[in-house]
This record gives sequence, structure tokens and C-alpha cells, in this order.
Amino acid sequence: MSGFPVLTLLTVLPLVGAAIALWSGKHARGVAIITTGACVALALFIWTRVPANGAIGLVELHPGWVPSLGIEYHLGVDGLGALMLVLSAIVTLMSVDAAHRVHHQPGLYFGLVLVLESGLFGSFTALNFFHWFLFWELSLIPAFFLIKLWGGKKRGPAATQFFVYTMAGSVALLVAFLAVFVATRSMDFPHLTLLASTGELEEMVTARLGPVMMWLAVGVLAGFAVKVPMFPFHTWLPAAYAEAPTPVTMLLTGAMSKMGVYGLLRIAVPLFGHQIAQMRTPLLVLAVATVVMGAWAAAAQKDLKRVFAYSSVNHLGYCLLGIFALAVPYSLGDAGQLASQAAALNGVILQMFNHGVTAAALFWFVALLQQRTGGHRGIDDFGGLRKPAPVFAGLMGIALFSSLGLPGLNGFVGEFLIFRGVFSLAWVASTVSILGLLVTAAVILTVIQKVFSGPVPEHCKGFPDLHTGERMALAPVIGLMLLVGLLPQLIVNSVNPTVQNLLAHWRF
Amino acid sequence: MLAWTIYLSFAGALIEALLPKGKAMHARCVALAVAVAGLAIAVSGFIFGMGRGRVVLIDVPWVPAMGIHYLLAADGISRVLVLLTGLAAVAGVLFSWNIELRTNEFFAFFLALIGGVYGVFLSFDLFLLFVFYEIAIVPKYFLIAIWGSTRREYAAMKLALYSFVGSAMVLIGLLAAYAASGSHSTGLIALGHANLPVSSQMWLFPLVFVGFGILAGMWPFHTWAPTGHVAAPTAASMLLAGVVMKLGAYGCLRVAIGLFPRGLDPWGFSIIGVGSWRDVFAVLAVVGIVYGALVALAQTDFKFVIGYSSVSHMGFVLLGLVTLNQIGVTGAVLQMFSHGVIAGLLFAIVGRIVYERTHTRQLAELGPMHLSRRIPFAAWAFVIAGIASMGLPGFSGFVAEFQVLVGAWIAKPWWTLAAGLGIVVGVAYTWRAMQKAFFSDAPQTAHGLEQEHKHPFAALTWPEITGTVLLASVSLVVGLYPKILLDAIEPAVAALLAGGGR
Repeated sequence: MSGFPVLTLLTVLPLVGAAIALWSGKHARGVAIITTGACVALALFIWTRVPANGAIGLVELHPGWVPSLGIEYHLGVDGLGALMLVLSAIVTLMSVDAAHRVHHQPGLYFGLVLVLESGLFGSFTALNFFHWFLFWELSLIPAFFLIKLWGGKKRGPAATQFFVYTMAGSVALLVAFLAVFVATRSMDFPHLTLLASTGELEEMVTARLGPVMMWLAVGVLAGFAVKVPMFPFHTWLPAAYAEAPTPVTMLLTGAMSKMGVYGLLRIAVPLFGHQIAQMRTPLLVLAVATVVMGAWAAAAQKDLKRVFAYSSVNHLGYCLLGIFALAVPYSLGDAGQLASQAAALNGVILQMFNHGVTAAALFWFVALLQQRTGGHRGIDDFGGLRKPAPVFAGLMGIALFSSLGLPGLNGFVGEFLIFRGVFSLAWVASTVSILGLLVTAAVILTVIQKVFSGPVPEHCKGFPDLHTGERMALAPVIGLMLLVGLLPQLIVNSVNPTVQNLLAHWRF
Repeated sequence: MLAWTIYLSFAGALIEALLPKGKAMHARCVALAVAVAGLAIAVSGFIFGMGRGRVVLIDVPWVPAMGIHYLLAADGISRVLVLLTGLAAVAGVLFSWNIELRTNEFFAFFLALIGGVYGVFLSFDLFLLFVFYEIAIVPKYFLIAIWGSTRREYAAMKLALYSFVGSAMVLIGLLAAYAASGSHSTGLIALGHANLPVSSQMWLFPLVFVGFGILAGMWPFHTWAPTGHVAAPTAASMLLAGVVMKLGAYGCLRVAIGLFPRGLDPWGFSIIGVGSWRDVFAVLAVVGIVYGALVALAQTDFKFVIGYSSVSHMGFVLLGLVTLNQIGVTGAVLQMFSHGVIAGLLFAIVGRIVYERTHTRQLAELGPMHLSRRIPFAAWAFVIAGIASMGLPGFSGFVAEFQVLVGAWIAKPWWTLAAGLGIVVGVAYTWRAMQKAFFSDAPQTAHGLEQEHKHPFAALTWPEITGTVLLASVSLVVGLYPKILLDAIEPAVAALLAGGGR
């Protein structure tokens, strides 16, 4: 399909914005808002143009990028990719919106944010490993510098740890893909998916390199496990999220963590489904550990940013749980199994979107708290805020309840579908994970109680409520939470065909 | 037309030598004009040579009695490396703009070196190639010994001695091949067709490969490289790492592999898994990759970090060469180009932009100066060069090293794993140096603060900015669209490996 290269345009647009922002000094934020706003519009447009049958559409294919390695310029999105584009665009806009106190080198700051956005778009549209890896790494560099140059007191070690972990994961990915390439002479995702679905991939790799398929699966999983993150590869996350400037944390958790889950769905499961099915039990144990430990760790934190950081680990653990639980070989005549798999996968994709929006919103509220109280963000630093700032408390409350998974808000839908699917596929794992739900609920309620009720401490006495500009900025986000919570079919209708399409091509 | 790169450079060197002393600006302008003209010829030669295979530029009998011809020709590999030389020459002149000491002599040596390098890449007669190869050694010595820094006499002498030992080995190989082929011709093509007996190839190959390999920084004969790079003035470091090391690698490919391919055959027995010269040199290459990276990780002098990184990156070239398959050798040639550009940029930033302002290369002293704030251009240029050097996708290094790794995997998987380790360490040392030098959180000392106010850094000059942008954009363009160079390299490599290019 040839046509206007809209995906390329979407990827290039933030880079152009970054170049302008770099030279526009104090006006950089304005440039960034215009650019990211345009990106949201374009991403929504792309979302409406995705083929209704769930296949990959808007394909841009130009052969001969690097002929000797069989690398083609191959882009395309299905319902999953398009949803991630929309999410990345929205979260970046939120982040830019939230970052209106960057005094130190604003041009560079917003330039880096826009480069990061381009990296996100590129990796969600690439259908060739080379191209995908380029943007996967491209997003890492600006993220490192955003933490390193604008972060909190311990930003140096946090940035380095973040970089080293992700880089180590990337090397594992690279080596695994090198092996796949040597065996198949292809780096094209759809082509490799096809090979894997017929079992040819494993035959080719085994014939060429010996019985290493399991090792390759481990390498690829390790790369994504760091990014998501999955227990026990999560240790970089709390430090990075806490030390990064809060708007950057919004990007890290809202959009970048989705790169890992997306990678699992686009690369790891399609190519190594069979191996993942063989490792299912240990992987499920790790996913459950991510859910439960994330929740418990969040309960133990005193710093709001760390609370939400661990709670992010917990929420993404549900995605891992859903993905690994549905990795069961197809059994003939079991219609219920396919329905459960579809439910779980729908849930995973919804959860990606919902967690992105909700977590970004929560960190935004933390940013607002910091701005209003001169940098305070301890859970015990606040109290009784609903008296001086009722609107603030109300809106943040909605976001918190969304994170908790209250029915009627977006967070519920994804988690419900995941549990609906996982329960019949792996009931032990889902039962234990319910513990995570309970602890998360306790954590969120504690936050609500400590921040919004009780006596108002001295430095919060003059706490100003949200002014009109902030209300205008936050209202669409809260509206989105309600919209998705009440009308989940808005997203499910476009995601479900993709889910069916993906499941039809996966072989466990 | 490409032959004019050689004549022009030597003519430029002659003019520089004859220029009156004390007119530094004249000397600079002449050098820049010559270098730019050379680059322009290289570019047009590259464009017009597309898809034309090997083109003979000039072929006249030189010493008819011995069958020596003055034979210049260019195939895809030559054209790519000539292009690299042109780029390195322009960048080198730009980054030597501040040389005040005997400026005209400096540029005379500089251009003579460039002329010799052009000559090596274009010679298709073994004797002629050797002559140009020797011509290139002499100016290197003087550039380091006169305009160098840390222990310059020692470094210059070490470099010259290593080079001469290598040349002697090459010369023996050359004479033996000449004699064994029946003493008719020293042309590379004629010698290639001479079907030398396997037994002679078996000892000629390692001799010549090591002879050239010394200049390519092959472990354990690499020790001239870090000391030489560090002692050399910036432009000379850029040329040493950028093109002179490539002379060695080019010789390994064109002469050792091109003329003595049977020398790579298995011995028929193996010692701990090493059963041919190919295995031996692969092991040396991999050791060089990992060793160079590990040593770079431990350096306290910024320039030594870059110096050892060159040993590591050149290991990839040698590894690619001995894979003997299309992908690996193509990757090796691309890596020659890529490393030439990136190493040039790194040396320029460290040796010129930073050192000229801070007068120190110690990482521990650079940290408290907060260079990312005081010379942000240098900091971000280093970030870009560092990313390129680490082999992150989007820059030339990734495509090149990736191809070498794929080629190595096809040949022997464990080579790849060991070399992959080198990449990981490569990320670590680059990142460490970058953080320590530019983005350190170390508090500024009172003395440093006083110095900062008393002696603010000089503003960046146009040659510095132009040179940096030139090199960085070349690496980016090649990284994003490697086809530009690969279209030239691939057919030439295919011909060479098939024996048709001999």
C-alpha cells in the first residue's frame, strides 16, 4: 500500500520541533506544546485509519535500505501500534504541559523531550529490527540526559543505573537478533512472525546454530524485562523515577515503560511463543512477584514519587501476567481457551493505555504538589488538602481511584479483562495476584487519607487550588479516564480485531 | 582523475615548504585549499566511479627490467578509503588552524603524509604501494617529534620503529612473492594470477598480514598506537587513527588476503581449536577488541581513552577481514571508514577543543570544571561522537560493527560472543569518559571558580565548528543510509573474495 507517508511524518515532526526548540530559548515550551499538540492530532488521525480487520495498515515499505543485511524501510501500525502512538502523543503533551518551570536551559530540555517522543513513535511503528532498534536506543539517550541534567540530588547514579540496565538489556536483544538474522537472513517482523508461526524459525535456527532457541528467547525477554520492568530487573526504576524531574517521570512511566510491553507483544511472543510457553511457569512466578512485590514495596514508601513508581511496577505486572498466562498451546475444540486468551490480551493492551494515562496524571499531580509547597513530596508532608484545594483534591482523587481500579474509571476495565482471561488460564497466578490488588487499594487509600484529610500542616495553609489554566489542562485527562471507564468499547472495538489477528499468528 | 589527489597533495606540500616563514595564515589557506580540492576530487571520483568496478587511472612502465609499473587504479574499496582520506585531510587542516609554530612546515609534512596515504590506496602495483607506504612514515615521525606533546620523541621513535619493522616484513614478503611468481611483474593483478605454491603462501600470508597488521594496531603489536596517538598533535592523531591505521588494514586486505588467500587454509592439525592462520588472527583480533576496551576503561588521561578505543575498534576491522565472507569483509571496510571519521572527531574534541581551553587531559581535573556548562558545544559534540563510537544505531559504527558481527557469526559464533563483550565494555568506557569529563557532579573548587572568572574559555572558532559538524554529519548520513558506501564496497569485496579482483 502506497500513500502519503504519514507514519514517517509523525516520527519526523518531533525532530523538527526539537531542532526549533533548541534555538528558541525561553519560547521552547511553546514550540514543544505546538509540536506535541500537532502530534496528538496526527496520532488520532492515524488511529482512525487503522484497518478494521486488525491487520497492519498504513504500511510504508521501501526495499534496499541496507541491502547486504536485507534491511528494508518498513513501517506500519495495527490497532496496538496506533493506540500506543496515541498514548505516547498524549503523555508527551501532558509532560510538556506539566513542565512549565524549567529555568535551566529550557531549549535543550524541550528539545530532548521531543527527541524522546520521536524515539517512541519510531519504535511503535517500526516493522524491521534495525529500524526498531535505532529508535529504541534513540529514546534512551534523551531520557538519560533529562534525568542527568535536570534531576534531583542523586540524579547522577540514578541516570547511570537506568542507562546501564537498559543498555545491558539492549545488548542481550541485539545478540539474540544477530542469531536470528544469521539463521534466517531477515530482520523483518512480519516475515519472522510468519516463519515462527509455522515452526520454520525454530528449525532454521536449530539447523544453523544448534539448540539455542531457548537462549535467544531468554535474551530477548531479558531486554524487555528490564524496560517494563519485571521483577527482579526493576531495581533501576525507583531511583530513576524518583530522581527524574517529575514531568520526565511522566514520560518514563506513561510511555517508555510501554515500549517494553509492546516489544513483548510485537517481537518476543510472536517469535518465541513456543519457548515462552515452555518457560511459562517460571515467567508467571516472576510476573506474580512483580505484581505482589510492587504493591508491597509501594506500601512501604514515604516519598510520593516512590509510592507511584512502585505502584507502576505493580500495574505493569498485570500486563506481564496477562501475556505469560495466555502463552498456552492451542488445544483443539477448546473455544473457551481462545476466548480467555483474547480477553487477557485485550486487557493487557487496555491496561497499557490506561496505566499510561493514569500514571502520567498521578505524577503530574505530584508535580503540582511540589510546585505549590516548595518541593515537598513526602506522604506525611501533606494533610487536609481538600479544605484549601477542593478541586485539586477532587481531580487527584479521581486519578487515584482510577489507579486503584474503581469500576467506572479506566483502570478497572483493563485489569478486569486481564483477570477474566487469566483466571481460567492460570488460576493460581491470578489468585495470588489478587493480593496485589488488595495491597494497592490499601496504598492508594492511605495516600488519599494522608494527603486530603486530617489537620493541615503549617506549610500547606496557603495551598492554592488549581487555577483556570491548570483545570483546563487537567480536565481532558480526567475526562479521558471517565470516558474509557464508561465506554471502553471506544478502544476495545479497534483493539479487538488486532487481538484476534495477533492470536491467529502466534504459535505457543 | 583520482590520481590528482596524490599529485595535488605533494604539490601542496612543496608549496608549503617554499612559503616564506612567519606567514601562518597563508600556510593555512594553502593547506585548506589543497585539502578541499583533494576532497572534491575524491567525491567526484567516488560518484563517477559508481558501478564501474576497477578503473585503471594510469599504467606506464617504471622499471621495465623488473616488471615494475607505475600503475594507479581504483575499485570500490579504494574509492571509499580515498574519500575518507579527503575528509580526514580537510578536518585535519581545520583542527590545526591554531598551529603557530613553524606553520608552513607543519602543513608541508601534513600534506606529504596525505599524499602518501592517497598513493597507497590507489596503487595496484605492489612495489609502488610499498613506496607510498614508506613515504607516509617519514612525515608522521616529524609531525609527532616536533609538534607533539607527552613524551613526543619516545612516541615518535616507537611509531617509526614499529612501522619500519612492519615494512621490513612486508618487503620480504613482496620480494619472495616476486621471486616465486617468476619475477615478471610486481602488479597486484599479475601476482594474483601467478598461482603461488600453497607452501609459500602458508608462510608469506602471516608475514605480510602481521607486517601490515602492526600499523592497523593488531594486538599484541599495538603498543605504538596509544602512545603515538597521545603524543601527536591533534591533526596528526586524527590522521593516525583516521587513515594511517587504515593503511595497515588495507594492506592486510589487498595484499595479504588478496595475494595469498591459500595461506588462510587449515593447517591440517589444530592446537586448542586453532587450526589455521585465520583462527590465529581472529583470536588476536578478538583479544585486541576486548583488551583495548578494558584498558580504555582504566585510563585517567582522556586522550589515552580514545587511543585505546582505536585499538579496540580496529580489532573489528581485522576480525571482519578474517571472516572471509561477503558480509564480514564488507563490514570491515565500512568500519575502516566509520572509525576513521569517528576517531577523528573524538581526537578533535579531546585534543583540540577541550585541551586548548583547559590545558589538561586528566579526567579527574576536567570533571570539576563543569565543561557541559562552559563549553556545551564540545560536550554535546562528544555525546554524539561517543554514541557513534559506542556503535549505537543511527551512526556509521553500528552498521559496520553489526556486519562484522554477523560475518563473524557465520564464520565462527564464539568470535561474535567475545567481540560482543568488547561492545559492552565499549559502551562503558565511552560513557565513563563522557560523564567524568563533561557531566561530572563534582563540586567546583574555589581555585577553579577563581580561574573560571579570571580566564574565561575562548569562544569556539569557525574551523572547530565546521570540522565537528562535517565529521559528525558524515557519520550520521552513513549510519542512516549506509547504502551510499555499501554500493561501492560490496562489488569490490565480492570481486576480491572471488579472486577476480586480483
